Amino acid sequence: MVNQAGVLEAPAAVKTRKPTSLWGDAYRRLLKNRLAIVGGIIVILLILIAIVGPYLTPFEYRAQDLPALAQNRNRPIPPFQGPHILGTDGLGRDLLSRLMDGARISMTVALIVQIVVLGIGVPVGAAAAWFGGRLDTLLMRITDIVYAFPDLLFIILLSVAFRDTFFGKAIDGLLIVFVAIGLTAWVTMARLVRGQLLSLKESEFVEAARAIGVSDRKIVTRHLLPNALGPIIVAVTLGIPGAILAEATLAFIGVGVQAPRASWGSLVADGQRSLQAAPHLVLFPALAVAIALISFTFLGDGLRDALDPKLKGKQ
Amino acid sequence: MACETRSIPSSRGSSNLTLTDDTSRAPGSPELSELPDDITVETEEGRRLAAQLADDRRHARRLLEVRDLSTHFFTRDGVVHAVDGVSFDLDYGETLGIVGESGSGKSVTALSLTRLVPDPPGRIVSGEIIFDGINILKLTGNEMRLLRGKKIGYIFQDPMTSLNPTLTIGYQIAESARVHLRLSRRAADERAAELLAKVGIPRARERMKDYPHQFSGGMRQRVMIAIALACDPMLLLADEPTTALDVTIQAQILELIRSLSSEFGTAVILITHDLGIAAGMCDRINVMYAGRIVETGKVDDIFEQPQMPYAWGLLDSLPRLDEEKGARLRTIEGMPPDLIDPADECRFSPRCRYARDICRQHEPNLTERQGEGHFARCHGTEPGGWIQ
Repeated sequence: MVNQAGVLEAPAAVKTRKPTSLWGDAYRRLLKNRLAIVGGIIVILLILIAIVGPYLTPFEYRAQDLPALAQNRNRPIPPFQGPHILGTDGLGRDLLSRLMDGARISMTVALIVQIVVLGIGVPVGAAAAWFGGRLDTLLMRITDIVYAFPDLLFIILLSVAFRDTFFGKAIDGLLIVFVAIGLTAWVTMARLVRGQLLSLKESEFVEAARAIGVSDRKIVTRHLLPNALGPIIVAVTLGIPGAILAEATLAFIGVGVQAPRASWGSLVADGQRSLQAAPHLVLFPALAVAIALISFTFLGDGLRDALDPKLKGKQ
Repeated sequence: MACETRSIPSSRGSSNLTLTDDTSRAPGSPELSELPDDITVETEEGRRLAAQLADDRRHARRLLEVRDLSTHFFTRDGVVHAVDGVSFDLDYGETLGIVGESGSGKSVTALSLTRLVPDPPGRIVSGEIIFDGINILKLTGNEMRLLRGKKIGYIFQDPMTSLNPTLTIGYQIAESARVHLRLSRRAADERAAELLAKVGIPRARERMKDYPHQFSGGMRQRVMIAIALACDPMLLLADEPTTALDVTIQAQILELIRSLSSEFGTAVILITHDLGIAAGMCDRINVMYAGRIVETGKVDDIFEQPQMPYAWGLLDSLPRLDEEKGARLRTIEGMPPDLIDPADECRFSPRCRYARDICRQHEPNLTERQGEGHFARCHGTEPGGWIQ
């Protein structure tokens, strides 16, 4: 093109394909996976409910609606009647509010457990893989021992042992449970990270990084771990349902959350006493657990397929 | 060369000159405090190196003096003498080719020079490597990082796997400058963009944000060259830099290495099994076989009057343009020997058609031949030998 002054004008910028990054590609693949999208939306909803839900309901999770209860001859109010959408329990407490508070507990468990898992599993796995030799053997035998130890027994012992300390009382006695679950769950992460790094550390780009004088620490954090990030994210997402289930199981047998707070597990435990008369007290908490587990699992599966397309269809 | 050397070393005891030089900007001097954060200097040799990093001067007669270097691999089957008593020199700005078959010890020699031999199983068991007046075998592993990337650039064979797939090209080029020159992120990026343009990547600034998979093989090798040259090293080690590339790209990459190394005055050690490449690029050539240098000399001497049957074999196996159509490619019969416990014999003798009893009884020494710095390890071509 020549403009009036007769100077050559650069053609409108050469059209180039937008740079695609690993994450951009993965995001696009994820969007194509409907189950994962549904799972992801529900997960986001659950998180939103956990954060703002309790402020939106007219009833506090521990407030008893005694007049309404009296009207119903002191029996649990069934769902879909009047202001208590999901009904109340035998003490007149609004079930929906209690479920929303339970969502808080479940999402907190998801968060704290995975922080503990990442905080222990990644460094242990990375150190074992990078240094190898005796340290590797030592760390892996420790993970074997933790792996072999009965999880529930360990968690119950720990919660009982610390029950009366500050640590045991934090977040209504839940912190100790969350940490205990994390302490049993990090082994899978450690093994995963070790396996990933063992193969990655033989790659030539690691040698190339060494050849320009990058420190060991930076090689591990900047070069190796980002390459293992996909599997780590997947493991975290797929680990969450396990943690939620573990907390629910513990609550069901009475460990952890203290009344009047209730997690989904303890709601089921309370409700099963009047299963015949008021099945909704078991049904809705159980549904909540199931929906949360399925959503996280779908999301995790989708992430795995998106981040590692080679695996697709194999699992 | 030597005439430009301002401080004469050093390496072997008489380090007075360099020492006084060092003390003039000794402890607390800005140069010393500008080391990368996590590198601490512990040894005497490391202190000298740290002091030298501050200037671009030459600190020795020669850039590199390798003396009797042996690198062994300790395997279950025995000790593999991968590099066995190798000695050679390299002048500042000179290009040296190391040629030989697979398994002759070329790459292990290069890895030894940067002390990147995988340990275990490998270890440098003896010898001296004097780089710019510094005996690098005396440095700690941590101090060695001062040299890598800063004074010695390394180009690996396969550009497809030598770049980290999760980091941008820009980050990977800037990384070396950030480690060694302590540049800010922006300054390092600026430098990386310049380098990327310099190695011939169009629209360099835009492509900084791209990932390796968006580059072709030849472009990735250009990126590797940019990384290797990021800190303006004195020595560039190119380990078969074009083997993984197709022939038309090979020529471009070699030309790039040649033009940049002469522009920056960088010495190059080019490792290749292709004598044609070595002939076009190098001033001198070391022919390696079974962990030993079997012939060394100027390119012309090696090509015009090779003094070792192995070198003849290598030259003979080059395909020629004037060859009859359908003619078979010539090879050297047999396989390179097992390097576990080599016997006192010429290591090439089992494959050599000129071999006599003496070849199987005594290993020949590197002895001088016609031509400056031309040495060969062969009984048969020694004066009074039976060949020629």
